[in-house]
Amino acid sequence: MGLAQKGHKTAAVDFDVGLRNLDLIMGCERRVVYDFVNVINGEANLNQALIKDKRVDNLYVLPASQTRDKEALTKEGVGKVLAELSKAFDFVVCDSPAGIEHGALMAMYFADEALVVTNPEVSSVRDSDRILGILASRSKRAEDVEEPVKEHLIITRYAPNRVNQGEMLAMDDILEILGVPLLGVIPESQSVLQASNSGTPVVLDEKSDAGQAYTDLVARFLGEEREHRFLTPPKKGLLHRWFGG
Amino acid sequence: MGFLDYFRASRRKQDNTAQQAKERLQMIIVREGPRRQAPDFLPRLKRELIEVVRKYVTIDQEKIKVQLDREGDYEVLDLTITLEPDERAD
Repeated sequence: MGLAQKGHKTAAVDFDVGLRNLDLIMGCERRVVYDFVNVINGEANLNQALIKDKRVDNLYVLPASQTRDKEALTKEGVGKVLAELSKAFDFVVCDSPAGIEHGALMAMYFADEALVVTNPEVSSVRDSDRILGILASRSKRAEDVEEPVKEHLIITRYAPNRVNQGEMLAMDDILEILGVPLLGVIPESQSVLQASNSGTPVVLDEKSDAGQAYTDLVARFLGEEREHRFLTPPKKGLLHRWFGG
Repeated sequence: MGFLDYFRASRRKQDNTAQQAKERLQMIIVREGPRRQAPDFLPRLKRELIEVVRKYVTIDQEKIKVQLDREGDYEVLDLTITLEPDERAD
């Protein structure tokens, strides 16, 4: 959505076959007619399945199938659909399911760049390390011995005050452990749940710190220099500082 | 830092769970140089080494450091075990 806001023609593809959710987050769940697997099986063409976003020009969503087996995503089928999409779009965003199962492997296989999203929890950081390992060894680029997939790290749900209290892994520690360039840090924010409640991606919420952090992140992805924000706790009043937790 | 934090400071040092998280992750994630060149048996090797050492010596996991260094064409597996006098198993 952020890329489309910047004027780039963008397609978002949901690879979580069986557990379709991108449509819900994007607020277009009631407009789904055909899905990714329909397109792979030739039951619908791409234009029939792509859902045009009503808020932002240049943005289209290709929903995942909710009913089919995840093995329905064949390497050939996915490759064909992505090749067709990349002809028409500036960016094709493959939304990978969590984990290292078939859907995730398919989402990363054809990638040129990867945005690895982690939060400051030990399980998430370790999983990200695994995913980075798989990206480096099992992507198409790795198999064809081409330039490796370009990796970016996104840290979400970051709470600077808890970091200061020693309750949360600090950004620098996560970066040290994973060793991947940082694209952006998204602060823990109530607006994220509200955004998913209403199907309005948080990047559209200009007032929210998380929304602003995503806007910065997209700009950085497109090559702009932007300082990282929201890394320190917000300033509190005097009484708060004395007696607050 | 507010003045009430002063009283919390001593408690906080013990409960620095973020530090624990970092150390635990560093134990299980062995990464040296570019990822694609790191052999994927390393974490397993590391775990098994620790198990073998533990057969003979009771020891904290934190007292064992395993590191893979690269020196020119050679790779050096550096295993450091800190033994306390009273930690011998026998």
